[in-house]
Amino acid sequence: MAIYKIHLLVCGGTGCRASESAAVVESLRASLTAAGLSDEAQVVATGCFGFCEQGPIVKVMPDNTFYTGVTPADAAEIVAEHVLKGRQVARLLYTDPQHKTPVSDAKQMGFYRKQLRVALRNCGFIDPENIDEYIARDGYAALATVLSDYSPRAAIDVVKRSGLRGRGGGGFPTGLKWEIACGRQADRKYVVCNADEGDPGAFMDRSILEGDPHSILEAMMICGYCIGADRGLIYIRAEYPLAIHRLEVAIGQARACGLLGADIMGTGFDFDIELRYGAGAFVCGEETALIRSMEGRRGEPTVKPPYPAESGYRGQPTNVNNVETFANIPVIFLKGADWFAGIGSERSKGTKVFALAGKINNVGLIEVPMGITLREVIFEIGGGIKDGKRFKAVQTGGPSGGCLTEKHLDTPIDFDTLLAAGSMMGSGGMIVMDEDDCMVSIAKFYLEFTVDESCGKCAPCRIGNKRLYEVLRKITLGHGTADDLEYMRNLSTVIKDTALCGLGQTSPNPVLSTLDNFRSEYEAHIFDHKCPAGQCKALKHYFILPEKCTGCTACARSCAVNAIVGERRQAHSIIQNKCIRCGACIEKCKFEAIQVN
Amino acid sequence: MATVKNPIPTNQNLQSAINNMKLTIDNKPIDVAGGTTVYEAAKQAGIIIPRLCYLNLETLGIENKPAGCRICVVEIEGRRNLAPSCATLCADGMIVKTSSPRVLNARKTVLELLLSDHPKDCLICPKSGRCELQNLAVCLGIREIHAVENAEVSTYRKDHSPSIIRDMDKCVMCRRCETVCNTVQTVGALSAVNRGFMAVVAPAFEQDLQDSPCTFCGQCVAVCPTGALTEVDHTSRVIRALADPTKTVVVQTAPAVRAALGEEFGMAPGTLVTGKMVAALRQIGFDYVFDTDFAADLTIMEEGAELLARLRRMLEGDRKVKLPILTSCCPAWVNFFEQNYPDMLDVPSTARSPQQMFGAIAKTFLADRLGVRRDNLVVVSIMPCLAKKYECRRNEFKVDGNPDVDFALSTRELAHLIKEANIRFNTLPDEDFDAPMGESTGAGVIFGTTGGVIEAATRTACELFTGRQLERVDFQELRGMEGIRTASVDFNGTPIHIGIAHQLGNARKLLDGIRAGMYHFHAIEIMACPGGCVGGGGQPLHLGNADVIRARRQALYREDAQKPLRKSHENPCIQQLYSEFLDHPLSEKAHRLLHTRYFDRSVKIER
Amino acid sequence: MEKIKSLDDLRKKRQELESQLRLREKSNAPESLVQIKVAMATCGIAAGARAVMNTLIERTAAEALPVIVTQTGCMGYCHSEPTVEVHLPGKEAVVFGRVDARKAIDIIEKYIKRGELLDGIIPQNYERI
Repeated sequence: MAIYKIHLLVCGGTGCRASESAAVVESLRASLTAAGLSDEAQVVATGCFGFCEQGPIVKVMPDNTFYTGVTPADAAEIVAEHVLKGRQVARLLYTDPQHKTPVSDAKQMGFYRKQLRVALRNCGFIDPENIDEYIARDGYAALATVLSDYSPRAAIDVVKRSGLRGRGGGGFPTGLKWEIACGRQADRKYVVCNADEGDPGAFMDRSILEGDPHSILEAMMICGYCIGADRGLIYIRAEYPLAIHRLEVAIGQARACGLLGADIMGTGFDFDIELRYGAGAFVCGEETALIRSMEGRRGEPTVKPPYPAESGYRGQPTNVNNVETFANIPVIFLKGADWFAGIGSERSKGTKVFALAGKINNVGLIEVPMGITLREVIFEIGGGIKDGKRFKAVQTGGPSGGCLTEKHLDTPIDFDTLLAAGSMMGSGGMIVMDEDDCMVSIAKFYLEFTVDESCGKCAPCRIGNKRLYEVLRKITLGHGTADDLEYMRNLSTVIKDTALCGLGQTSPNPVLSTLDNFRSEYEAHIFDHKCPAGQCKALKHYFILPEKCTGCTACARSCAVNAIVGERRQAHSIIQNKCIRCGACIEKCKFEAIQVN
Repeated sequence: MATVKNPIPTNQNLQSAINNMKLTIDNKPIDVAGGTTVYEAAKQAGIIIPRLCYLNLETLGIENKPAGCRICVVEIEGRRNLAPSCATLCADGMIVKTSSPRVLNARKTVLELLLSDHPKDCLICPKSGRCELQNLAVCLGIREIHAVENAEVSTYRKDHSPSIIRDMDKCVMCRRCETVCNTVQTVGALSAVNRGFMAVVAPAFEQDLQDSPCTFCGQCVAVCPTGALTEVDHTSRVIRALADPTKTVVVQTAPAVRAALGEEFGMAPGTLVTGKMVAALRQIGFDYVFDTDFAADLTIMEEGAELLARLRRMLEGDRKVKLPILTSCCPAWVNFFEQNYPDMLDVPSTARSPQQMFGAIAKTFLADRLGVRRDNLVVVSIMPCLAKKYECRRNEFKVDGNPDVDFALSTRELAHLIKEANIRFNTLPDEDFDAPMGESTGAGVIFGTTGGVIEAATRTACELFTGRQLERVDFQELRGMEGIRTASVDFNGTPIHIGIAHQLGNARKLLDGIRAGMYHFHAIEIMACPGGCVGGGGQPLHLGNADVIRARRQALYREDAQKPLRKSHENPCIQQLYSEFLDHPLSEKAHRLLHTRYFDRSVKIER
Repeated sequence: MEKIKSLDDLRKKRQELESQLRLREKSNAPESLVQIKVAMATCGIAAGARAVMNTLIERTAAEALPVIVTQTGCMGYCHSEPTVEVHLPGKEAVVFGRVDARKAIDIIEKYIKRGELLDGIIPQNYERI
């Protein structure tokens, strides 16, 4: 039986395959066989390394040598030099763009440091249903330290110094929030964990709750100690059954161990946690709406002030933090505020989890230090655009974020820069669009979502978003007029200026950002009645080139609405107002006589 | 007679004013107390900021500020977005602009949005001319509603109840009705349902109002800024009856109507228009114009007798006697009681309300006198109330399907009727009610205000109990506007404890207190509406001004003071009615015609 | 479950557990255990992780292999769910993507028993604290 000593990992992602990685695999195998090494070294095609810009990639194990831009012709040299003689092929090594020096060990490459798992530190590493594994990973040690060594004020100071800002979207400094709640006098205070993750395509919080539920319990207890609360509530959407189950298990285990309940670890500190289920309304992620929902009332936001820290759940001071925010808390106490503040950008510290989705090779959950650029996220971690298409836009911040373009790719991502660019951090959705996406349709899609999820309390959001959606629909149907752009801009501005809560104040962002960055696309729809991306069905026109049509009648027979007419052996034609643009005729035509524009 | 008065503090904002703050509104410097909203501060500076959802009847504990309409937004220096002035507190050094171009543009755009989702049938809308949305459109000079062609309009099933019509196409989600129904009245019939564009205020599961816990108090109608909530209009049917030569049509007018009707004709709130009202009704063509006050006196005879009977039994040591006795004149209160306190159904007085006593006497005694068949006599009542429309349709108040009272018109409907009949109300000469059911005492008049029924009952009961003439008939201790009031009246050495509540939320507090054994009263008066019937759901709209209701109250006390007779049992026509027809209070005939019973209408929740 | 009654209890417990884990993780002894982690978050389960986990448990138990199979949370490789991480003693952990029951058996037969890699390995691209 062969025991391979060396593994040659060749990237088999779409990007690298497009640059002949399959051929690289073949020639490597051929070279190994020729050298008589096929029993000692194995060639493996892997998933995407995410480094498509430098592909094809070949990684040699066990020494972690990372070759970039490998061609089939390089195979013989790799086998002869590296596999046989153990010498690296220097010219194929990755060159660090900052230091201009070749880097051989993949672990030393910037690329692999681009993702840093802090909030997700235990996700995919420990068994979430086993408290022992959490404790073995220093679980509850932060709580123990805080309870024994810190006064509430001192602990809040640590959080403040860490620079941690709320990960739910607002980016409010967490330490300051705790300080305000701490300063309120009340018989009872509450710690609420906002696990009502509602952005389409976002699952940062769910993954943390499913993968590391104890870290949230621990953080809530630390928060409770800091602000003087003995009750914690986790508001979680009912459609997260696994997260709910894992939380229930975790709460049960923590209680059984005496880590939750009365007199925790003999310190005299009492804290207990309950779950509250949300029915899935997007607006209930807004903290005042969330609190109303927990109180059993209609989930709609109320005017702030009063903030929950002053008057929250049942009128008592309440501190609401998002799951990801809490997930950072234990680490801050274990590794220190300075360590945390050392990660990230000037005003946004630490890391951020993003749900990377859309037209991208490595769809997935990533955690990166704040300040990373969109380019690094999309082209290095995300592995670039699917099928080698051209990048067009990236939408950050969930349904009410903005669409950023090529010119924003090198902008560092943090709370403030995204806002300045006309989008926002939001809770961490990141949807990548390519050249096939119609930006008018994209804006319409997001508006449809906000129209659906508006609670209806304030007029600008209730009616304004509906009207915005209607105009967008009209434009995609080819009925737009010159006034529409001006109308939408004014309406969007007013909605942002007057809406009651964060939902309405941000919902026009997709419209405003696409108006700013893709105005020509709107104009093409309105003035030329064309959808440049070819997505808007109503703007497609099917027609038959008479010189190519043989009159075979195949198209006419395939047309479900009898929109194609013509005599046998005569050129056919399409009646435009009957055509439903289904495209069936094109597939049937053997003579390329049917065209679309 | 020694009396004590212990007002229970209502749930008003007792937060003491913090230090004064200095701010600038539209370049005017102004000082306000801490805790003042920007809207109120502007008002103090003489600037009335347009608003739609905001409503504040502070002294009545009615406040609605969901900050939902976003019409009252203002610009505050240093703030990213515009602020709703109704819900934003002043801060020291604040610089506010209430009508900068940015504000105006936003306000007009938002109003256009509201109008884009509103029916444009103002021509035939019952609220036309009095509609706050319409007024805003005029005030902000809206000439065009920008929206795509055939923009969607949210529409809902129209809901007709016996008293109230819900036409939610016209709802602007101001939530005033919801606040009144839940926070003030604690009825809980209305709340927001659906979300986004289809969000609307409705009973749970969008069931009909009639099947909901609605008491038909009509306070939702009284605060609705648009035509979304209106009364069921019976004026056309009344005109038809008047036009029918085979019918004899008689009308009765409730006490609170005369103190408010003038407002519909531009008169100051609190102007008494009793004589003009009688003249107008006669001119419209009613065959006889009577007074519900007469029936109020009759109510006191029956209810007073009931109270005395129960008191005597108590004093004789009967432990099973049901005390306190609860007044039963207010139909919304009766509905509320039947729904929420089915365990106490034997507590209220069984006396019918004055409207129904009038109807019962009219269709028996009066019909007989006039020689008119019951089904040819049409009894119309003019009421400050919408629940009366429901009350007159209750089966207990029908004989062979023919109701004792055929139509109950609200004060607003009467005003319409007068205008339709082209009557110049303001210049009408004063006329008197017809006999015999037009004669009344001052006791009947004050039925229209909170504390009035119990004061009227006290006047009669006290005299009958002690057998001595009262030295003074004004029981100041029973008067007032606090939501819950308590007082003790000395009945010749026996202290009689009285509780008074107006608005159903206060009634609930009082009743719950009794259930819990906190209070021990002998008699309790409850009125569903703020200030009693003067603030009824059928009255001219107060448009958020609580002083209007106050002025109407004062007018009723004025009329009472002017009356030669002020105790119900002294009404000669009432005495005559007993001697000729009813025998004596609580007689068998009186029981049949003037008393009723109550039903358990509690909503049973299946578990 | 044993109560943790004081801060010292927690420290002791952590040391105990840590040494156990270290034994498991760091030992170079050939008889030491192989650890398999199956990413059992909602997305993984939706993609079939439960069946994969069952196969792994049944197969390794049937052959009495020195393997422990545990579940874990989301590894973030949504593009390649279900994902399975295999940690051979003394070696770096390797993540296999798009694992189905058949591939699970391949993992046991080829990688665990023979150290042979399979196509479709997912390169780990993050650092964990």
